[in-house]
Amino acid sequence: MKRMLALLLCLMLVASLFVGCDGKPTPANNGGETAAPADNGNEAPADNGGEAPAANSDIKVGVVLVGDENEGYTLAHINGLKEAAKNLGLSETDNFVWKYAIGEDETCKTAIEDCIDQGCTLVFTNSYGHQDYAQLAAEQNPDVQIVAMTGDKAKASGLPNFKNAFTEIYEARFAAGVVAGMKIAELEADGKLTDKNYNADGTVKVGYVGAYPYAEVVSGYTAFFLGIKSVYENVSMEVLYTSSWFDITAEKAAAEQMIGDGCVIIGQHADSTGAPSACEAALNAGTTVFSVGYNIDMLTAAPNAALTSPTNEWGVYYTYAIGQAMKGEEIATNWAEGFDQDAVALTPLGPNVAAGTQEKVDEVIAALKAGTLHPFAQDSFTVGGATVEEAFATDTDGDWTNDADNAMFDGYYHESYFQSAPSFSLRIDGITELN
Amino acid sequence: MIRISKRDGISAVLSVAIRIIAIIAALLLCLIITYLFTGRDPMRVISEMVGGSFGTTKRLWEFLQRTMILSCIAVGLAPAFKMHFWNVGAEGQMLMGGLGALILMKFCWQLPSIPLLVLMAIVAIVFGALWGMVPGFFKAKWNANETLFTLMMNYIAIQIVLYFCTIWEGTLGTVKIGIMNGKSGEPAYHKGWIGEMFTGNFNDKDYMWLVLIVLVVVVAMWAYLRYTKQGYEISVVGDSVNTAKYAGIRVNKVYVRSMAISGGVCGFAGFLAVSAVSRTLTESTADGRGFTAIIIAWLAHTNPYLMVVFAALYTFMELAGKQMSSAFNLNDYYAKILTGIVLFFVLGCEFFTNYKVLLAKKQKGGAAK
Repeated sequence: MKRMLALLLCLMLVASLFVGCDGKPTPANNGGETAAPADNGNEAPADNGGEAPAANSDIKVGVVLVGDENEGYTLAHINGLKEAAKNLGLSETDNFVWKYAIGEDETCKTAIEDCIDQGCTLVFTNSYGHQDYAQLAAEQNPDVQIVAMTGDKAKASGLPNFKNAFTEIYEARFAAGVVAGMKIAELEADGKLTDKNYNADGTVKVGYVGAYPYAEVVSGYTAFFLGIKSVYENVSMEVLYTSSWFDITAEKAAAEQMIGDGCVIIGQHADSTGAPSACEAALNAGTTVFSVGYNIDMLTAAPNAALTSPTNEWGVYYTYAIGQAMKGEEIATNWAEGFDQDAVALTPLGPNVAAGTQEKVDEVIAALKAGTLHPFAQDSFTVGGATVEEAFATDTDGDWTNDADNAMFDGYYHESYFQSAPSFSLRIDGITELN
Repeated sequence: MIRISKRDGISAVLSVAIRIIAIIAALLLCLIITYLFTGRDPMRVISEMVGGSFGTTKRLWEFLQRTMILSCIAVGLAPAFKMHFWNVGAEGQMLMGGLGALILMKFCWQLPSIPLLVLMAIVAIVFGALWGMVPGFFKAKWNANETLFTLMMNYIAIQIVLYFCTIWEGTLGTVKIGIMNGKSGEPAYHKGWIGEMFTGNFNDKDYMWLVLIVLVVVVAMWAYLRYTKQGYEISVVGDSVNTAKYAGIRVNKVYVRSMAISGGVCGFAGFLAVSAVSRTLTESTADGRGFTAIIIAWLAHTNPYLMVVFAALYTFMELAGKQMSSAFNLNDYYAKILTGIVLFFVLGCEFFTNYKVLLAKKQKGGAAK
């Protein structure tokens, strides 16, 4: 019996140790997706409840997040919101109600309504899957502004208090494509490419890890591909889908498959560090391959292979939207901005980019800002060998095929023009979907 | 020294007292831990915890809704557990029930409201019952291990639900059906929804029907287990299969029948979750509650009333933790830690209801050898 008691006590001790470990908000626990370490400092101000900096407004903003700070996508939103709070002189604790790890189901609506109960007059949801529940909540709470980030149904819903917002990330992807294109040109000039890196038709192979075959992803990789082509014409791209926004193993496997196939650049539209770390490993083992990430600086995961990552600067939108609400002014139903509002950016270039890349990128960004350069220029791509004369941007009957609002005019496809979410879903020549 | 001996029996008062002490000790530990990690005023912590469940009318309804769904699943497990048939397949049985209800919502919404809801409930019960009967039948026929069998049936159910989520997905590529009959202006609007009792405008504040229906199920299950011949057969089988056989009870029949009831009630919980709460179906509609309910049912010693109490406690802790992580800007895992602490204590106190701990005085002369 004594033994049993001893065992029990040991178990309790072990259990309490575990509790001790878990209790602290730990930084990133999902592999390479390391949050900027500085971010943990953000817990500090929350600690002194009463002493929080005085807010200059009594606005209450509800934030319904699909994850928490351990997950790169949500972290980017959290940072954007904190930046907005700083810009507008709001208190992160007093003016915000934070809801973490809210699923894409009815708990989302419950969370929104709980925010409203606590006095929120503006509520953001950050995941696409939250949208239906956000719309329902907007319908039932006409006095509250509800924004479904990355959503696409606000305009069609006709609700005056239901909004969508997205950045023009395709601009950043185009610029990232320029970085990749210059690298390919340099590799070819240096004679670093082998036969394996070329297709039968003589084009250089580029790979892309996509999450889902949505317009958002299609628009992204097409912009990236056209960015490459703008500096290095002779390329083709293959795309592998992982069917998940965040799957470190699947992204790594997809990247490895395409590296094995001879791709020299691996781009991505998925949230983990799987693909960059696969590139890093291959590069260190002697294969010529470089990575273009997404959302976060990949240099920690791939110090040699990472060239850059296109990112969203959500703070720009959050500052705008919360500011409008504070002034009592209307928030745009479909907000989409790119480089000209600094709503998108490239992360710092890696050490292995081609010479002169920074200058070229600055030039491209300046042209994008000025509106003299358009990523989806009509003369830069073909579908089935023909120039595209008409491309619809809106799906009105719910069959997943765009059937209204021709966005192809004035010589380029007007992405994010009719709605904030990306709509470009043509499969252009030179890009092959492998699955 | 400390001596431990098995209790012969335990008075009801003492058994309740031990549990209350365990819960209070657990809550105290939660407070201490919260204080140590956040340095916040314990009174504020307590008020946030209580506020998480009872702070506003909406939260109160949310608390009741979650408690009732969990109770319904736990009650579904009661007949199986009482006959020592370890049904760990509530998750799958609930999902199948939800699927049955959803199919009718999708295809038979033209029916008038009440018949539609009744039909949905019946189909959900049948789906759940079939899902429960399969392992029951295999146990009866070939003595297949019911724990593994019911567990594996969960995964089949999850895949079936995912299949339907894929073919009926509401937005391309999301593998989510989306809210069923939720588009205003369409004829199917709000068809097959168990709605709000008092104001009738479906704004989800009010889960009164859900609460009433589950309470009826709880009482019915209690009466079934206690007063019917079938309930008696279940407890005899649970005590000793050989005794049951000797008494002329057809054990195999009892297995299959009880599992049909068990699965049926879990399927019914699926119907409630779909029709009254989520109005859609995903592979996470059951959300692990089929497994949580096992702990609830086990703690309550298959007493349906106690199940409601434990379900309420569990839900309270869950919501308290969620509220604290939101109010104090802590990670969401914090809620899980707190729930874990309470479960640890409540399960741990089972030891004290089964064993006596005596602080034996050392007797002089070494009599205690």
